[in-house]
Amino acid sequence: MMCNMRADRRRAWRMHPPPPPARLRILLDADPRAVRAGLRRLLTTTPMCDLSDDFRGTTEIVLAEVLNNVVEHAYAGQGGQIEVTLDYEHPILSFEVADTGVSMPAGRLPVGALTPLQPDTDLPEGGFGWFLIRTLTQGMTYRRRSDGNRLTFWMEAE
Amino acid sequence: MNLSADLQGSILVIAVLEDRIDAASAIQFKDRMREVTQTVSDRVVLDLSQVTFLDSSGLGAVVAVLKALGPLRKLELSGLSPTVQKVFRLTRMEQVFTIHDQVPHDVQHAG
Repeated sequence: MMCNMRADRRRAWRMHPPPPPARLRILLDADPRAVRAGLRRLLTTTPMCDLSDDFRGTTEIVLAEVLNNVVEHAYAGQGGQIEVTLDYEHPILSFEVADTGVSMPAGRLPVGALTPLQPDTDLPEGGFGWFLIRTLTQGMTYRRRSDGNRLTFWMEAE
Repeated sequence: MNLSADLQGSILVIAVLEDRIDAASAIQFKDRMREVTQTVSDRVVLDLSQVTFLDSSGLGAVVAVLKALGPLRKLELSGLSPTVQKVFRLTRMEQVFTIHDQVPHDVQHAG
């Protein structure tokens, strides 16, 4: 995801103190195209544009997996609304994702283990999403309430 | 989902002309790949150099294409961006695919 900000400004940021604390909240429809647009909004504005390309890429992987899980599982492809709140306070980038869909299985976060690759067995075509989320985040909480799901996770900007 | 397919000697080179293979496009990607890989070739190289982002749905679709090609034709990949490469590395799928920095040339075909 390309940043709107000019490269020289980004370079200048890096020579100066880290970007100031920032908070951003967006509402998006629970469908894959709206998720694309939401990712673009979150990743191509401040504070994300002030962070490294590599960290932005990592953030996009995690956020895309979380949001597409809400679309496919919490709302089962039937649509709904997702509220995403980004909080940045150097060096911690955290997100809260809220929806009014169905609960996670058994009311808790999936473990996210990777299916081991074994010779002569069929290669997995899925089961990567939660593994990527778990691997690329430093922490995560999940709360199921009567009005829906609330997931928070955080990552440390390098 | 825009793809281009070019038979270069024994290598069918398929370039993805989109910047993402994600949950919004994974099914179309699989369908288009099924069509373009009907062309007979010894090798299939998927040029991902224009793809800046691939999520788990996109990864699953690439694996599905590999499996659909069967045991005689391997799917090779080329031109992975840093974020795409990270997804392949973390999920250990880079062990499954032959990955090139650039689209390889068919030695017999060259010149």
